[in-house]
Parts: sequence; C-alpha cells; structure tokens
Amino acid sequence: MPELYETQRAMRNIRRAALQRGVIGILDIGTSKIACLVLRFDGTGTFRETDGVGPMAGQANFRVIGAASTRSRGVRRGEIETMAETERAIRTVVTAAQKVAGVRVDHVIACLSGGRPASYGLAGEISLAAGKVHEYDIASVLAACDAPDFGRGREVLHAQPVNFAVDNRSGLADPRDHVGNKLACDMHVLTVDGDAIGNLIQCIRRCDLELAGIASASYASARASMVEDEQELGGACIDFGGGGTGVSVFIRKHMIFSDNVRIGGNLITQDIAQGLRVSLPVAERLKTLNGGVEATGRDDRDMIEVGGDTGDWESDRRAVSRGDVIGVMRPRVEEILEGVREVLDAAGFDSLPSQQIVLTGGGSQIPGLDGLAARILGPNIRCGRPLRIDGLAHQLTDPSFSSAVGLALFAAHPQDEWWDFEIPADRYPTRSLRRAYRWFRNNW
Amino acid sequence: MPLITDHRPSRQPQPQPQQAPRVKRDPAPSRLQYRLERMWLKPLYRRVVRIGLPAFLIAMIAGLWLSDDDRRASLNEDLTAILQKVQSRKEFQVQMMTVEGASPVVDKALRSMLPVDLPASSFEIDLAALRLQVMQLDAIESIDLRIKPGGILSAVVKERQPAVLWRNARGIEMLDATGHRVASVTSRDVRSDLPLITGEGADLKVDEALALFDAAGPILPRVRGLVRRGERRWDLVLDHGQRIMLPADGAQIALEAAVALDRAQDMLGRDLSVVDLRNPSKPVLRLGIDARNTIREARKQPLLGPDGRIITDENKGG
Repeated sequence: MPELYETQRAMRNIRRAALQRGVIGILDIGTSKIACLVLRFDGTGTFRETDGVGPMAGQANFRVIGAASTRSRGVRRGEIETMAETERAIRTVVTAAQKVAGVRVDHVIACLSGGRPASYGLAGEISLAAGKVHEYDIASVLAACDAPDFGRGREVLHAQPVNFAVDNRSGLADPRDHVGNKLACDMHVLTVDGDAIGNLIQCIRRCDLELAGIASASYASARASMVEDEQELGGACIDFGGGGTGVSVFIRKHMIFSDNVRIGGNLITQDIAQGLRVSLPVAERLKTLNGGVEATGRDDRDMIEVGGDTGDWESDRRAVSRGDVIGVMRPRVEEILEGVREVLDAAGFDSLPSQQIVLTGGGSQIPGLDGLAARILGPNIRCGRPLRIDGLAHQLTDPSFSSAVGLALFAAHPQDEWWDFEIPADRYPTRSLRRAYRWFRNNW
Repeated sequence: MPLITDHRPSRQPQPQPQQAPRVKRDPAPSRLQYRLERMWLKPLYRRVVRIGLPAFLIAMIAGLWLSDDDRRASLNEDLTAILQKVQSRKEFQVQMMTVEGASPVVDKALRSMLPVDLPASSFEIDLAALRLQVMQLDAIESIDLRIKPGGILSAVVKERQPAVLWRNARGIEMLDATGHRVASVTSRDVRSDLPLITGEGADLKVDEALALFDAAGPILPRVRGLVRRGERRWDLVLDHGQRIMLPADGAQIALEAAVALDRAQDMLGRDLSVVDLRNPSKPVLRLGIDARNTIREARKQPLLGPDGRIITDENKGG
C-alpha cells in the first residue's frame, strides 16, 4: 500500500498546485456519458452570492466556467474497455469544455464508477504515551489499523478516518489535544480493481492531462445530492447509472459503505430492444421519452410509433403501447432495486438512526421510480438533484450530472483521507534524515 | 382500357442517388488537433502568434526593404514631394498680411519680421515663433496672430502707451504705466506732455510716480519731475530750485499735506529751497539764501554767501 499512499499524496499535491493556478477540470467518465466541467477557483470568494447560489456547502469559492458532455465510448459497466475509444471521447469533451471556458485545462479530477468496489471497516488502537493526543498520534493510530488482505490487484481508492475514540469517549471528529490513555479509530477503506484505476490513469495521461485526484463515483454523487442532514443522520445515495448502480451509505458526514450493483440503465435499454424487437437507439428513445415503472389503464391505449428503417413495412409501421414498455422495464428496475436492497442489508442500513434514501443519477428520472423504490427499499425516499453550484448551465443540473458536481465539491473540499496525515515516524526507513528531524520535532 | 384497375398509388420509382455510403465522421479531435488546440489556449503562445509574429514579419519586411540606400532615398523623396504637394495647395496659401492697431513704424517692423515672402504656404509660417519674436519689440504689448480663411495673415497689435519719461545715464526713455520700456526719445522736448522721472530704480516704481503726479494737482505746472532717491523714496523737484523730499512710506499723503500747506499759506511761493517731509510728523523747511540773509541782517549777523558760507569781511579783519 505504500506506493498507492505516495500516489495519492502526489495527487493531493497536484490538486494544491492546480488550485493555486486557479483552474481545474472535472472528468466524470460514466458508462453512458462523459462530462467535463472546468472550474475556476479564487481563494477570496469573489463569486459569492451570485445567481441565487449562496455559500452553502463550501461550493462558494469556485465557479464553473466551462462544461461539456458527450456520449461515452469504450466504457462498459463503469470500466474502461477500449482505451483508444475512451481517449477519443475524453479528447472530445475536454476540447469542448476548454472551448467554452477559454482556458487550458491541465489538471483533472476523475471518478471511477465501476471496478468492483469493496468496503472495509478497519479499527485501530494505540496507547498514548504522553497521556494526550498529539498530531503524530493520529497518524500512528491510522497506521495501526489492521488491514485485511484486500486481494490481489486491489487498490485503495478511499481511506477515510470515520470516527476517533479516546478512552471511552467515542464519536470524536478531531481528537487532537484530548487527554486520555488510549486512542482508537475507525477507518473506512474502499478498494477497487487496480487495473481499472490503472486504465483510467493511463487514458487521462494519454490526453496530456494530469490527474489531481480520483474518487468513487457513488461517493461523489452522494456528496452532491444528499443534503447535510442526510449525510449527518444517516442515509444512502443510490446512483442509477448506465452501467451500474452505485450505493453509498453515509452517517456523520462520512461514507461508511459503498458498493455497486452491476445492473444499470443500459441493461434496461437492452431489455426493451430485445423484448419489443427494436433497435438500441429506438429502445433508448422509448425508455427516456415514454419509460416508466407504474402502469395505468391509460398506458395501454397510449400507442407509440416505433419506426425503423428496415424496409419491411410491417416492421417499420409497428406501434407499441406504453404499457408494453413499462412491462418490460419494470422487472429490470425491480431487479436493480432488489440488488440495492441486498447491498443495503449487507451494509446494515437498517440500524442507522435515519434511513433516508436519495435516488440520483440518470436512471432516477424514470417516472414512478420513487414509488417503486419506496415499496422495496423503505419509506423515506426522495429523488435528489445535485447541489447548485455557481455557473453551471441549467441543462447540466439534472440528476445525471450529480457525480460531476460531487467531484467539483470534492475538488474544492476533499474530506480528510489517510494520506492527508503525516507518515508516522517509524514508517520512514531507518537512518533517514527526515526520520531524525521528525523525531526531534515530536519530542522537543 | 385495362381490365384491372389499380387503385394503389402509382409506384414512383424514387431515383436512388448512387452516393457512397456516408462515413460517420468521428466527432473526436485527432491527437494532433487536440494538442494544437491546447497549445493555442496557452496565453503566451497565443500572444506570440497573434501579436509577436505579425509585428516581427512587418518589421522584417520593412527592414529588408529599407536596407537599400536607393530605396530609402527614393522613399524620402516621395514623402517630401507628397508633403510639398499638400502644403503648396491653394487652400493653404497666405496671400497678404493685415496689421491692425499699430503705428506705421511698428507696422513696418512687423512686416519685416515675417520670415517668408508672401504669398507663401501657411505651413511655412510658424505663428508661435513669430509671435515670440514680435513680442521682443518693446513697443508692442500684445499681439494676436492668426491665419484667416482666404489666405490672410492677420495681426491685431496692441501697442504700449507711454506714461512717463525716464531720464537715466543712457538717455531718455519712454515707459508705460507698468514701467516697461516703450521707446527712447532724443530729448525731453519731444514729449513734453509726459512727466519726467529720474534716478536709479525709478522705472520699477512708475505706478507710484504716476500716483504722486496725480496728487501734485495744483502745483503740477511747477513740477519739473520726480527723483528716486536711493531706490527708496521720491524727491519732487519744482522749478526755482525747490524740492519736496517725500518719505518712503505714505509719500502720497505727505505730498497732499504739502499741497494743502501751499494752498493755505502759499508756502512754495516763498524763499524755500527744501521742504523736508521725510519725517511726516516733523516737517522741516530749509530757507533760501536771501531769506536767511534778510534774517541775519536784521540780527546784525554776518551775511551768507551764495555757497552758504559766512562771508568774512577781509576789510574788517585787516
């Protein structure tokens, strides 16, 4: 893990450099679309209180100056499958966003939606020699977390300290300077497939961009679409994407669990195409314009011209009722929600104090989804749109852009991760000058 | 008539244009295009290409073209020819000069000062320099030079009005009311209407002198002139060798007092040589020789000679 630790640390440095230059790009590489936002940062908060967007959740010190989205290519189930195609799509979207912004983007923050994420809750404990929690004690308690074997080729994407406890006092956000004999911490670690990250990094590097940070897509969309109370009291964000459905569980403003149901909107389209014998573009159009999950009597009379250019008159003049479309979609949506239910059960979502569920992502725009989800997942359901950020065009504020917006918030205010703390002194090689320096600084 | 009527719409064979199957263009920019576009977004690069390169090209072409001596000379000639052509247009020609408000002498001097012979182009007449040159003439107080439409160089002159004559070591000069020299005169009689002042520094206080001449009023016919003493105060010199010595401050009031005395008691009609008013609170009179001899005779004292010394009678002594 030390090499990833160094990479993440390097990415944090790149992010800091990018903030100093004032321009950073957001690259949301999804299965169905790729979005790019260009953010301009100013430290002074000049962009405060414009366009009715107040400084709510720390989104006040940046502004979107360029945005573009394009159809994704070469991505399957949230993972990059054909690198050259994805690279072309990234070039397209970055060029378009740069053109709008009028500035060159050198640093991007990207997100990864697939890669079989796996959550681990780790706990560590040390005894405090000084009787008081010092800065370096936090680093050592994080280092003391006993990591299980993540498996071959797994890489840590997030490692966030969720909770600190000094002696019996638990639930501390910042244990520094607390008096006690024992410091314990809980850490949430999200690991993903290392190859998926490697492919993403390679793709972005081939576009002459530097990666200034990487986040899980479900984490990013949860940060954008869940309000503060939901993150604080406990809630789950379900991101209906094209290639998969991301689930992330939040409590006390920290992500404690994240997983991915590998059924997404593309599969619904495929079902419609197969079930109604139409081409994939037609199926996509039927899904987005006429889709739904709750059939009513009227839907059977609502005939939709399917169209087509096969040349066969019988086939091209076919019409299907909206009820047919719903009948194809509903089982698949139910299957997705069942999968989500299983994930939430595995996460122990039922034991959270508040069980708010936020549906976001492009798939959450299916009419009647919240009713169906309420029947399967629980009563507290709402469809969430991303937080309003300054300068974002209106057509980019629908739920499918919530992970892009979340990445923008992540770029502005990343939560503390393990690599943001100092390396404990005993992790340095012996005879290192920095180790001596650190020892002197800590002991005098 | 055909047996079977076909009610179907007649099949119109649509001419299928034999076009090549349309290749869907890849919307993605090529790698080279992407890199160029990103390079174009660099501000420095952009500035160099947009400003630096054209400026360099223009400078280089101009430099190369001008590096040849013949071309430079011909360019110079062309430019001067164009300049000449424009300047010698009829619209810019000055045909004549009019002078207003000047005496014939000044008029003649002005016309001789014009650096060019009329008619000439108005570009050759530097009005500001001409004006400065004209202002060197003492007789001219101000001049308004302008070129009027129709090719007329108009000069509106205001001459200085002489107010006093100033006699100094170099001769007699006329001064205006501010003390500025107007002209020299050969003798006092040329301008007998002007009062005369003399003495070192008298030209600096012409206004005071004029005020004193005004105040002299009734005794003005007897006044010969004012003498500046020590660049400090004035002596009013009258005929018959009389003189009124005035203080440095309040000279006018003192003079008015003397005039009042004269009017009341005919003071100046008597044998006085000097009325000393230098101390205003204590006026002092100096009697003439005749008056003093009359007094001395009455007192049986020896008489005074015309030089003010006591005449010693050699006959008595011997």
